[in-house]
Parts: sequence; structure tokens; C-alpha cells
Amino acid sequence: MVDAVRCEKLVKIYDAGGQKVVALNGIDLNIKLGELMMLVGPSGCGKTTLISVIAGILDQDSGVCELFGKNVNVMSSKDKLQFRAKNIGFVFQAFNLLPSLNAAENVSIPLIINGEKRTIAERKAIEVLKQVGLGDRWKSYPSQLSGGQQQRVAIARALVHSPRLIVCDEPTSALDHTSGHNVMNLLKEVALHQDRALVIVTHDARIFEFADRIAQMDDGHIIKVT
Amino acid sequence: MNHIALKMLMGDKGKYLGIIMGLTFASLIMTQQPAIFIGILARTYSFISDTGLPDIWVMDEKVQFVDDIKPLQDTELYRVRGISGVAWAMPMYKGLLKARLADGTFQTCIVVGLDDTTLIGGPPIMLQGEISDLRRSDSVIIDVDGLNEKLNKPTADGKKIPLKVGDSLELNDRRAIVVGVAKVTRTFQSQPVIYTTYSRAKSYAPKERKLLSFVLVKADKGQDLGELTRRIREKTGLAAYTQQEFMDITYNYFIKNTGIPINFGISVLLGFIVGAAIAGQTFYSFTLENIRQFGVLKAMGTSNWTLLRMILLQAVLVGSIGYGMGVGLTALFGYAMRHTILAFKFPWQLLVFSGAGVSLICMIAALISILKVMRLEPAIVFKS
Repeated sequence: MVDAVRCEKLVKIYDAGGQKVVALNGIDLNIKLGELMMLVGPSGCGKTTLISVIAGILDQDSGVCELFGKNVNVMSSKDKLQFRAKNIGFVFQAFNLLPSLNAAENVSIPLIINGEKRTIAERKAIEVLKQVGLGDRWKSYPSQLSGGQQQRVAIARALVHSPRLIVCDEPTSALDHTSGHNVMNLLKEVALHQDRALVIVTHDARIFEFADRIAQMDDGHIIKVT
Repeated sequence: MNHIALKMLMGDKGKYLGIIMGLTFASLIMTQQPAIFIGILARTYSFISDTGLPDIWVMDEKVQFVDDIKPLQDTELYRVRGISGVAWAMPMYKGLLKARLADGTFQTCIVVGLDDTTLIGGPPIMLQGEISDLRRSDSVIIDVDGLNEKLNKPTADGKKIPLKVGDSLELNDRRAIVVGVAKVTRTFQSQPVIYTTYSRAKSYAPKERKLLSFVLVKADKGQDLGELTRRIREKTGLAAYTQQEFMDITYNYFIKNTGIPINFGISVLLGFIVGAAIAGQTFYSFTLENIRQFGVLKAMGTSNWTLLRMILLQAVLVGSIGYGMGVGLTALFGYAMRHTILAFKFPWQLLVFSGAGVSLICMIAALISILKVMRLEPAIVFKS
């Protein structure tokens, strides 16, 4: 069976004001379908760069990163966009909901990007909002929701188009302990299944228990996978 | 994605209104000031456009504009009448004379003398009386604005009221009785216009050897006007212009020899720059503040082309609303000022000009915003 993610000798170097900063220094990592993988490590160790490359929104300088057996790096920009729109869901630390859209409209965005009609997309969005326990709040705007509720809307948005990989960046860091646990339970119960993988970047040790495997990073390397 | 673009735009009501206001202001300045400018310039040739019947105006060849009177001898009228292709030719006197009012004050007026028989060249609209009333002894017809604003008489309680039909005034120590009130387009200097007969006008005017200002010519049916003006010039040595040519000559004189275009040009340019700066800056800062949202859309797979269309849609929408409001306010301004001394003319060309100006502002603002979004790294979304 093909891995969801296969990274081999990934290197990414940034040019910071004339100085070379090696963000990824030969990363090897496999993530299987049905697996919840956490990337942990100190600030600046390369976690965000790694998920950016995995999610196909940043190109590596060398090495290979395959998603579901496809090398995204060699795709044309258009194909890469379509691949990303169809196969990847995002959950961000700062939720990144569009403040002028209500919950249903926010959740419907990935469907609209994939060419779905707005009315159908919003109907599907409401269904997914029900799954994350916000069926009665679909008309609410982000400013009318608590942090935990906003993150649940963000999860619904990451799920609505049935992507095969969900990338989460510090999904619990802006939440209290209870809300954080609820969000992780939701991710594990609703988001994770046999045809989908989850990659979560986190500092939050309280949620390590939800991981199937944890990859510990430091200085652009993966130093341990447990 | 259009729906999302519009909701993003209108989500922050304050900023949305700020952009609209900026463009409204730009559009208002770009239409209102030129409309006044065009209105003022239109007044320079209003006397010609108000005199509708003649096809051709004949005058001394040194005349530079309608108020630059260089009188001709009366015999020139007969020379013009003798040219083939001329259906009729009538004399016209036009000069500035001082009117003495009942309270002893003087007011400079434009006195127009019309052919005694036909009264051709009279005012376009009569409000009171008939043009034929000019055949009565000492009669004059005066324009309504001149009566209301400058030609008045004192009442018993010391107030001043406009002259009315039946009242009299003095022109060069000769009595003139108001027999009618006319509506004419205001002249450039907004002086009262007094119509009378040609012979009476000559009696009002200081004695001079030459007093004929213009010969008004009607061409025979089917006569080529260009050809006829050329023939009149050849045969008489006078200048002959079609109505439109004479208006253009007058208009161009004021454009070239007065500071009006440069003064208004600066106002319009400043309005354009300030409006562009406000609208452009607000629109750009709107994009900057939403840059993360564009980044989210980009990360989720929205193409640059779609984002470009979203920004263009936003720019077109605010541009259209701002333009519509600005033009609407200008039209409202013109309507409110229609009975005042303010010059105002709003031709369709001005709509096109201001529309192009507002479009340019929006396009520049959108272009800067688009470049910013195009260059945006979607990885920005992972930064907290």
C-alpha cells in the first residue's frame, strides 16, 4: 500500500539577508494512511517548513516528497494547485477563518475552490458542521464563536472536501486544556480513518497521547520517531 | 469565489465605506470642477448660441471673439446682401453701454440692436411681453437675471426691487422703457442684456462713424455654408464664420488668453491626485489587511488568476459605486445651482472622462494589490 507521505533526503535552505539558514537538512519521513503523526520540536527546528513542503505550498531545494505516490514538486503550478485543493485539508493555529463569512460559508470554501456550486457547497458544509457539533451555529460569524468553536469550524473546513491528508499547525495552542482535548478527540474520531492521514505540528505536550507516532525534530533533522 | 470576494470587501463596513468615499470624492472633484469650467467657457459663446436663426456671422476680420467688437460701416450690410447664396442678411449692434437707474447708480449692460423690421437675433425665450413689443417707442427687452440681480429700483421704504415691465431706465441720457422680459444664457461677465431695435441702439450708443457690429446671414436652402463663408470673405474682405466656427473661435480665445484652463486644470488634477491617493491607499491597505485571508485561499488551492479576478471584482464594484455616487452628487449640485449665477454644464464627454479617471485609480490600486497577492507565499498561513 502506498504511503500517504514519503519524504526522502529533504533539504530546504532559506536565504535570510544573505545568510543561508538550513531549515530542513536531509529529512526522511514516511506517514501511513490511517495514521496520526505528530511533529514536535523546539521553535525554529523546521517543523513548519516541513509541513509546508508536505502540504505542497513550499518547494524543497533537494530531495523527494511524495504524496500518495506522486511527486508534487515536479507538477506544474496548475496541477499542484488542483492536487492541493483536492487532497489536502488545513487546520491552522490561528484558525484563519475569514471573518466576514459565516461558519457555513467558511466551511464551504474548499468545495467552491474545487468547483462546487455555492448553494450545494453550503448545504454540504452545514452537514459537516453537524458532525463537529456546530449544526446550530452555521450562521454564526467567527467573532461570535469561542476559540474552541472556531477551531471546530476550521476542522470542518479541513474535512468538507474529503481530503486524503490533513495538515494541522498547532491546532490546540490557542485553546484551553478542555477545548484542546475536545478538538483532538474530534480530529481522531471524525477526521482520521483508513484512507486519510493526519500530520500535526505541535508544542503541546498535553496532546501527545493522541498521536500514533511522534517525530521529534531539531535543527532541521528528525532525531527520533517514536 | 465572487461571493467570497464581495463578502470580504463588505465585511468591514468602515473600510468599505472609506474606499467608497475616497472614490466618490475623486469622482465628484473630477466631474464638478470641470462641469463648472465647461459652464464658464460655454458662457463665453452663449450669445452666439442663443442667436439661433442665422447660419453665418459676418464681422471685421480682426475680431477675435464675440465681445471683441470692431464696428463696420452700414454699407457692408448691403454688400453682403448682394452675394449669391445669401437668403437674407440683417444688421446687429452689440455694445457695452451704461444704464442709469432710478436711484442714480449706473450699471454696464450689453445692448443688442436688432433689425428694425424683422427683429432677427432676438432673445431665445420670452418670459413676459412679445419680441414685437420692441416696435413700440423707446422699448427695450431685458434678460430676467439682469433684472433680478443688477437692474433695480428703490421702493418707498428704501428696499430695492427688480425693474418690471412698464418701468424705465436711461441709456446714454435717453429713456428706455421695459416692454418685455427674456430668458437668455448668462454671458461670461454676467452683465444684463438689453435688446432693442438696431436704429434705437444706434441712438443709445455714443456717436461713431461705424456702429454695425455683425451682419447675420441666412444661407439659401441647400447652400454649402463653407462655400458661402469663403465667398463672403472674398467679396467683402470681412470675416465670415458659421455659428459653430464663431463659437469655436470665441472659446479658443478664452482658452488661450485667460488663466481659466490652468486654474481649473490644477483643481481637477489635485482632486484626481487626492482622490486617487485616498482610494488607492485605502484599497491597498484593505488588501494588506486581508493578505492572510488571501494566503489561506491560496494555500487551499485558489489560483492566482482566481485571486486576481476577486480583487478586480472588488475594485470594479467600489469603483462603480464611488463613480456613481460622485457623478450623482455632481448632478445634484448642478441641479441645486441651476437658478444661481454659478456656471455649470455637464456634457456626456465629462462622464466618460471622469469614468476613465476613476477606472484608472481603481486599476492602479487593484494592480498594486494584485502584485502583492501574486507574490504572496501561501506558507504565510503557518505563521502565527
